Amino acid sequence: MRVFERTPIDIEKVTVPHGQVYIIPERCKGCEMCVEFCPKDVLENSVSTNAKGYHYPEVIAGKEGACIHCEFCMVVCPEFAIFTEAVEV
Amino acid sequence: MAEAVFVEKHPLDEIIRGYRMPHIWCPGCGIGIAMRAFATAVLESGIPEEKHVVVSGIGCTGRVAGYMDLDSYHSTHGRPIPLATGLKLANPELAVTVFSGDGDLAAIGGNHLIHAARRNIDLKVICVNNFNYGMTGGQVGPTTPVEARGTTAPYGNPELPFNLPYLLAASGANFVSRWTTIHIHEMKKDMLYMFKKPGFTFIEILSPCPIGFGKSNNIEDGLQEMELYREHCQFVKEGEFVFEDLDIDLTKDKPIYVGRFVDRDNPAFEPIREVPA
Amino acid sequence: MSDKKVLTGKHFMHGDHACAEGALAAGCQFFAGYPITPSTEVAERLARRLPEVGGVFIQMEDELASMAAIIGGSAAGKRSMTATSGPGFSLMMENLGLAAFMEVPCVVVNIQRGGPSTGLPTAAGQGDVMQAKWGSHGDYSVVAYAPWSPQEIFDLTVLAFNVSDRYRVPALMMSDEVIGHMVERVEIPEPDKIPYWGRKRPDRNNGHTNGNGRFHTFKPDEDDLVPPMGFAGEGYKMHFTGLTHDESGIPDLSPDVHNDLTKRLIEKIDRNADDIIRFEEYSLDDAKIVVVSFGCTARSARRAVRDARAQGIPVGMLRLISLWPFPEKVVKDLAESADEFIVAEMNLGQMSREVERHVRRSVTGVHHGGGAMIRPETILDAIKEVAHG
Repeated sequence: MRVFERTPIDIEKVTVPHGQVYIIPERCKGCEMCVEFCPKDVLENSVSTNAKGYHYPEVIAGKEGACIHCEFCMVVCPEFAIFTEAVEV
Repeated sequence: MAEAVFVEKHPLDEIIRGYRMPHIWCPGCGIGIAMRAFATAVLESGIPEEKHVVVSGIGCTGRVAGYMDLDSYHSTHGRPIPLATGLKLANPELAVTVFSGDGDLAAIGGNHLIHAARRNIDLKVICVNNFNYGMTGGQVGPTTPVEARGTTAPYGNPELPFNLPYLLAASGANFVSRWTTIHIHEMKKDMLYMFKKPGFTFIEILSPCPIGFGKSNNIEDGLQEMELYREHCQFVKEGEFVFEDLDIDLTKDKPIYVGRFVDRDNPAFEPIREVPA
Repeated sequence: MSDKKVLTGKHFMHGDHACAEGALAAGCQFFAGYPITPSTEVAERLARRLPEVGGVFIQMEDELASMAAIIGGSAAGKRSMTATSGPGFSLMMENLGLAAFMEVPCVVVNIQRGGPSTGLPTAAGQGDVMQAKWGSHGDYSVVAYAPWSPQEIFDLTVLAFNVSDRYRVPALMMSDEVIGHMVERVEIPEPDKIPYWGRKRPDRNNGHTNGNGRFHTFKPDEDDLVPPMGFAGEGYKMHFTGLTHDESGIPDLSPDVHNDLTKRLIEKIDRNADDIIRFEEYSLDDAKIVVVSFGCTARSARRAVRDARAQGIPVGMLRLISLWPFPEKVVKDLAESADEFIVAEMNLGQMSREVERHVRRSVTGVHHGGGAMIRPETILDAIKEVAHG
């Protein structure tokens, strides 16, 4: 439940989107642009690597609900390796 | 909402040749970002996919033609623009995009670049400028900033680079803009605009090249070069700049100006297709 | 407008103009060129005539652009041509290799002049004939013809477009300034008498696509080794690249793929050589001496042979009409029956090497570096010297 000093009058109508992160680990080259530019800091480098030795991104434990489907990771990824889809909550 | 789900296909795999991924570009290279913007622009352009043609030259950016799932022509070094000219004149219904790099378009291809702009022929040109010849290992090129280093300029580049927007504006292009790979939305917006704009349209996209340019110039990786763009870039609109300002000089403390620099409506080139009355 | 494509009738026509008319009669719809003496009149004629037939003429900024532009025009489905001379021919070499490797049909006209370098802009030469075959880097094949009259340049330009289309190979018109600038009788037939061989087109039912329905840009048919050609804008989503590529068109830089591809491109022309090769035999039935010549020099050679015959010398002329592929079969056959070979050409020994290679003995060369036609007397002297000593 979110608490506001003054409740916005359209709080029932406007909802913050929620997103599910999808990753294609074999395409990732570990450039970390998605990690760096995510406005909600949802991502971090994995410990494991893909077949080429790159650390692909993973959702930080505890941040599973934080993705707001802004799609910035998708538009900034040079590798076509990450995207999000909207989820209903 | 859960942890990341691992999949094998990307939503854009139909318009790019998803079966050829991962592509050959280095970690941190910005060409993939420009290509992604172009792929979505093609899908949203309202022009049927079979009418889109991509022509590219030699170099890392030139490989884009092979990764787009459209009719594509990967020509010789410097010659995508005249090849695209032939395609467009022979079949005016085609939407022809030239997608190539700074060396390919402005050095060996320089003559064709200025003549196509002079003619104002209906070609959409996307020039990814990473300030060097990346594919061949990081040699300097016509857009390498002065005193920057490259494998053929180990003591620093003694030459001044092209100011591409100034060059294209003077040559007669109808539309000239510059963005960097961090300007995701503006880049794609201009690509969509280009598809609707007749005449010669040119977008310069500054891009990180961590192995070719960054390594010789103390830029650690692609991410750091993106941060540099974020720090140094400044939007300008018509009336807020003169073309001389648009040169890029890393030795001086001046911003890198981005934005739409030329947007005019001169008639696009039309060959004489029937004997005038 | 189509009746204007073919100027049926008898004309007194300039060689360069006859070449242009041959292109139009063959259905050429796109010309991109750059002015260079002595080929400029081809461009000038097409600048005037192409709008009459709904085609497009463009003067490009240089010859490199011209060659690239006709590759683009041809890739979009139009018969495309350019015209140049020696210096421009050299500039076109890289993209000629691109056309050969990407199997894009096109016609390149070289009205040869004295070379090398700027050389003799307004005088003839035949010094580019080896360059026609070997000028671009790597192993590839082209087709090249050498006309000896304005009539023949008309006919051979039509043939060049047909061969180029059918075999997806660049076709070169290796003329010279004498033929290009002379004015002679040219008879142009009715449109339905002009042969037209089109490009092989894809048929999704006969295996030109793979299991996923994707069109294979370069999958050759087994019999003639020619792949069907899709044009830009038809929805085949093809990739054409100058890199070594596999049958789907995607770059594949492995040595085996490269070897197979380069060999197929050469075999494609060798296997179909009988359809492409042209030559003329003059007085060869009982000839013991054979004069091999082509282009303007063959005109002098024929006169020399006639004069020699009048003196009782058993000599004949083999006139090469196709230079490449080289008509090696007829040359080898003549090597059985004839003793001596003379090669007359306006260069310092180019086709003579090819003749020598096939007849396996030394040939006598009648050579001149360019600038003036080799006179019949010069060739007659060579014939007499060979005959008597």
